[in-house]
Amino acid sequence: MTATTVSAARQSAPGWFKNLRMLVSGQEGALTLSLALLVIVVGTANPRFLAQQNISDILLNSSYIAVAAIGMSAVIISGNIDISVGAMIGVLATISGQLSIVPGMPVWISWLVPLIVGPMIGAVTGFLVAYLRIPAIVVSLGMMSILKGGLILATGGVWIYNMPPEYKLAQQSFLGLPVPVYFMLALTILAALWMRYSPSGRAIYAVGGNKEAALLSGISPRVVLMRVFMFNGLMVGISSVLFATQFSSIQSTVPSGLELTIITSAVVGGVSILGGTGTVIGATLATILLRAIGNGMIFINVSAYWLQAVQGTLILVTVLIDLLRRRRQAAQIRG
Amino acid sequence: MAVTERPSQLTEQSNPIVSRLRAVVLSKEGILFLIMIAAMLILSLLTDKFLTTNNLLNQLRLVTEIGLMALPMTFIIITGGIDLSVGSIFGLSAIVMGFLWQDSGWPLELAIIMCMVVGTTAGFMNGLFIVRVGVPPLIMTLATLALYRGMALGVSEARSARGFPDWFFDLGQRQFLGIPSQLWILLIAAIIAGIVLARTPFGRGIYAMGNNELGARFSGIPVRLYKLAIYTFSGFMAGLAGYIFTSRISTTRADMGTGLELDVIAAVVLGGTSINGGSGSIVGTMIGLILIQLLKNGLLLGGIKGDATIVIIGAILILAILINNLVQRRTGGD
Repeated sequence: MTATTVSAARQSAPGWFKNLRMLVSGQEGALTLSLALLVIVVGTANPRFLAQQNISDILLNSSYIAVAAIGMSAVIISGNIDISVGAMIGVLATISGQLSIVPGMPVWISWLVPLIVGPMIGAVTGFLVAYLRIPAIVVSLGMMSILKGGLILATGGVWIYNMPPEYKLAQQSFLGLPVPVYFMLALTILAALWMRYSPSGRAIYAVGGNKEAALLSGISPRVVLMRVFMFNGLMVGISSVLFATQFSSIQSTVPSGLELTIITSAVVGGVSILGGTGTVIGATLATILLRAIGNGMIFINVSAYWLQAVQGTLILVTVLIDLLRRRRQAAQIRG
Repeated sequence: MAVTERPSQLTEQSNPIVSRLRAVVLSKEGILFLIMIAAMLILSLLTDKFLTTNNLLNQLRLVTEIGLMALPMTFIIITGGIDLSVGSIFGLSAIVMGFLWQDSGWPLELAIIMCMVVGTTAGFMNGLFIVRVGVPPLIMTLATLALYRGMALGVSEARSARGFPDWFFDLGQRQFLGIPSQLWILLIAAIIAGIVLARTPFGRGIYAMGNNELGARFSGIPVRLYKLAIYTFSGFMAGLAGYIFTSRISTTRADMGTGLELDVIAAVVLGGTSINGGSGSIVGTMIGLILIQLLKNGLLLGGIKGDATIVIIGAILILAILINNLVQRRTGGD
């Protein structure tokens, strides 16, 4: 936090104003405005959308996706991708749930183990990508198959019931908001600060932006990539605990299409798929926006069958607006 | 196989036959072919039901749809792009066909044509946004993955279309000249795609774009037109595959082909096409496609559970790329 205050203090008033304008015109600003617009429009059409319970539901259902999207953002910023996150969440949630129903097992162990296994899986992916130089999409495609098949093989896809009540972290509330929402907020802020201000965080952008230049300036892309994939594993681990503890039962299979939801959140949040740019704040805002859109459509009586089509259109519109904005900015700089 | 060797190896002077043979065997496709033969030998030892003409032909019938979509996907990945929406186009085209016939009373022949038209249009839209607006292919097709699937859901309201007349199943369930009918389409399409990619200015342009798009543009290759063409082609093939699949399984539903895009990409990537663009071949894609299916089938017949099969295929995907990377590095290929 000290770094922000220092840099803000150095700037004069107009500079500060410019910063504010840049903030609003950035992807985060665009997303916040879209979110505000959505809340106003849907809230006017149907005030029940704004009920505290509904807002809290939207945030709760965004949480585990947003936490995973933080890790995904780092991976994409480093110039890679991880398609196996959905399968990882399935595996880790199952491990966590299975541990929680072992008699006499302290509940914190079933919360902790996914946070250890997640980075271990991430380390394997990272090693294959960074040291053996296999493209990340191939590694994670293979990893997805391995985890998906392995999970059903080991468990037969059974449902896990009867988790002890104290295990259900995500069903607890604090100051009127579900606990996962605090995880989402805290992790987003911590990750944003880490990636923006620490050398190890900036290195992710450097590697994603230009690998050779990063290497020449003394950054080891291999180490950075290992770190990124392990960080992603940790975020997926936390995400899977939030996911597993949110429901009264867990099916030991891979939730289908979850990886695409997570990638979509990161991408709509402004993380460039080419690597090198984007922030986790954008990713979290995008997650909430996408959730709110899905939820809001129910309140204005859009047929549930058309929900996905509208969501797809909105993703496209968000991306188009961002592209046009960037093009205009580029034109301004040139002109 | 002759289309796969590299120019650098062509220039070797010492004993042309041996060096040519070496080039073919050590090419990405050559190594993959050897892996496939080895896998087939092992699988035929596991069970005698595997290596029969009937079984093998039936297995090829099952991969026709993925194979058809893998052809344009090879072109697209070589240019450095990707098309994640093929599974959704596949589902949307088939749903439109089914409901035009079942609900709107169109003649089935016309509905089949519309199936291809819808696919082509969907692919064209992808291409148009990618070249005109400059949306990165991954993002564009990620958005249309949701959009096209959503349209299929919206149109069908999760109902299915069924009860097609008997002639409709000719393509998907019957044989023509002793070979599953749809396999002829795949065979002909693969040969044409292979020749176009390896032997025409268009094909060379595709490689050039994948290696250096700006360079390709400056050397007069109509980059945008070519891109538009391959994404449209991808949509068309997804539509065609949707028709063939419906004909094979006799019914169509909106969630048909969910996640199929990953199977298609896996076949292309296992076939040695670099996900970063610039290299790859149709021969490789076809070997990758067949290898995955034979493994699935052979392991299943050999008494290994279906879920273990998925694990093994995942491992082989990584291993095959790893082995190829090592060999290519040693022989000085990319």
